[in-house]
Amino acid sequence: MSEAITSAPVILSVRDLDVKFHLRGRTLNAIRGISLDLHQGESLAIVGESGSGKSVFTKTFMGLLDQNGEIAGGEILYNGQDLAKYKTERQWRTVRGREIAMVLQDPMTSLNPLKTIGSQISEAIAIHQGLRGSALKAKVLEYLRDVGISDPEGRCKQYPHEFSGGMRQRVVIAIAVACNPKILICDEPTTALDVTIQAQILSLLKELKKKYDLTTVYITHDLGVVANVADRIAVMYAGDIVEIGTCEEVFYNPRHPYTWALLSSLPQLGVKGQALYSIQGAPPNLFTEVKGDAFAPRNPHALKIDFEERPPYFEVSPTHKARTWLLDPRAPKVEPPEHIRELQKEGVSRLGQ
Amino acid sequence: MLKYIAKRLVQSVLTLFIIITIIFCLLRMMPEEGYLGANYDKMSEVQRETILTEMGLRDPLFTQLGKFYQGLLRGDFGTSWIYRPNVAITDILAEKAPVSIKMGLMAVAIAMVVGIPLGVLMTRFKGGVPDRLGMGFVVLVMAIPQAVYHLFIQTYLTDFFHLPMLFKGPNLMSWILPTISLSLYNTATFALWMRRYMVDELNKDYVRLARAKGVKNAVIMGSHVFPNAFVPLIQTIPTMILSTAMGSIYVESLYSVPGMGGLLVEVIQRQDNTMVQALVLIYAALGIIGLLLGDLLMGLCDPRITFVEKGGAR
Repeated sequence: MSEAITSAPVILSVRDLDVKFHLRGRTLNAIRGISLDLHQGESLAIVGESGSGKSVFTKTFMGLLDQNGEIAGGEILYNGQDLAKYKTERQWRTVRGREIAMVLQDPMTSLNPLKTIGSQISEAIAIHQGLRGSALKAKVLEYLRDVGISDPEGRCKQYPHEFSGGMRQRVVIAIAVACNPKILICDEPTTALDVTIQAQILSLLKELKKKYDLTTVYITHDLGVVANVADRIAVMYAGDIVEIGTCEEVFYNPRHPYTWALLSSLPQLGVKGQALYSIQGAPPNLFTEVKGDAFAPRNPHALKIDFEERPPYFEVSPTHKARTWLLDPRAPKVEPPEHIRELQKEGVSRLGQ
Repeated sequence: MLKYIAKRLVQSVLTLFIIITIIFCLLRMMPEEGYLGANYDKMSEVQRETILTEMGLRDPLFTQLGKFYQGLLRGDFGTSWIYRPNVAITDILAEKAPVSIKMGLMAVAIAMVVGIPLGVLMTRFKGGVPDRLGMGFVVLVMAIPQAVYHLFIQTYLTDFFHLPMLFKGPNLMSWILPTISLSLYNTATFALWMRRYMVDELNKDYVRLARAKGVKNAVIMGSHVFPNAFVPLIQTIPTMILSTAMGSIYVESLYSVPGMGGLLVEVIQRQDNTMVQALVLIYAALGIIGLLLGDLLMGLCDPRITFVEKGGAR
């Protein structure tokens, strides 16, 4: 399966992307030289703690950075165009919705309270599919049915406040799909929903991905979501992707100490009676230049070189690479923590079958 | 909705009844010298008593109240005592109100036509030159006492534009400056709140989603942000119209506009009880109607507001 993903054509390619924010005279390096290839039809999950730059990274694809943010370097290649060079609203409108659409985190606030559900969906269809009149209306109903809303004729005349959280998220998804995009970015699509609804929304997203042949990017810090939907995982830390690989590779054979720490923090992996694991320290201050490996100060396995030089990517497999000096042939052999070793064992037995 | 309006109207009548009763009783506690005017010292005790008895002030309080309510039920406010003795109050108001109302309506119309687009413009160019200029105007109008800039406008602009100094009904040119003066504060209010609410809305998620949908900026402002920002503002408009239409003491006295501005203050000072009662009743009624209309308008614009009673708390 992993080969199938990475052999599919690249739909969006990010090269050495730098994003800076200007805040009260200081500069924050939110994204520090990310490169990533997004393959046609894959489902990529970007995980990382709050402030690691997950949302900012995907916002750059659509020109949705806040006013004080700018792309300071690098390229975002899509359809032969470099999106990083886009400046005007007119240019961005050729991408927003039409090519890349987005589902936001909180469905309670992402719909306009004064407009009916139907008119908010038809706005997207009218812009991107150019339909009018009864064809437009029929299409709205079709999308509402697609996202599993019963009685679409009645529901499309209702306002957002007449919908529950889960139903509103379905509407938001309908709006995103109605733009007819190639790529769908889901920015923590289930974080604001209760657990029973989360699973429904995820399976809906998977279903729509198949039906409309979408490439999907999930932003999340919920590893349960990741396991459920993703083909590949990119682990972000301090504005950089520190490890990327297929779902199996990252879960069962993680190589970066930050990924170890992240997986060890899963409550499910905790042993009863022992304190839950949490990562010591705080993420680095991105207002200052980060020297070496950004995770080094919190990393119990840090080598001397981690504080001096930024590690390059080391390939573990053609689909799996990690940015840590531990993978350098000259590095001392470091045993991952116990949780991780168990995961590896489990992985071997599972993948061996 | 009709049920809601009926309920509010009943409440309003009750409120008015309480207000007017309190005012009526308070007025009876005023010093008696006030009713007798400048000749007080020259009158004998008997003369004073005769006059006060004639005015009905020697009757028991409940009798006085009863007579007053009887008059009200017939739609009769009575006659003025002192301001214009023995002239029916309705006649006095019929003469003075139209000018104030016309001028007030025009002033609010100007305020809306100028203030709302100004607020939108300030939001659109937030932090830029239009925003700063607009904010300068708002701060100037709101911070300087009204009497000061009204006087400045009269003193300097009449010369500058060769406009008449004093108001003369049929001469339309003489309406311009007082109406503009009257509209300034409301214009600033509209601009300030419009900007504030629009900036609030601009940061909301649905705007972000609309942008991600590929909606044009102008459409986002016009069809998403503006209506949402306008809902809280619309509630204040009826009250603003009514309070402006009651006339302004500054503007009307500066340009000698024969309107209602300052009338209440004058009749209170001169202890013209019937006039005070009538004016308080009218102003209070207008205030209550303004609030009711504001709520209804907001309900019409915002689907989340319904006038049906909900069982329990939401």
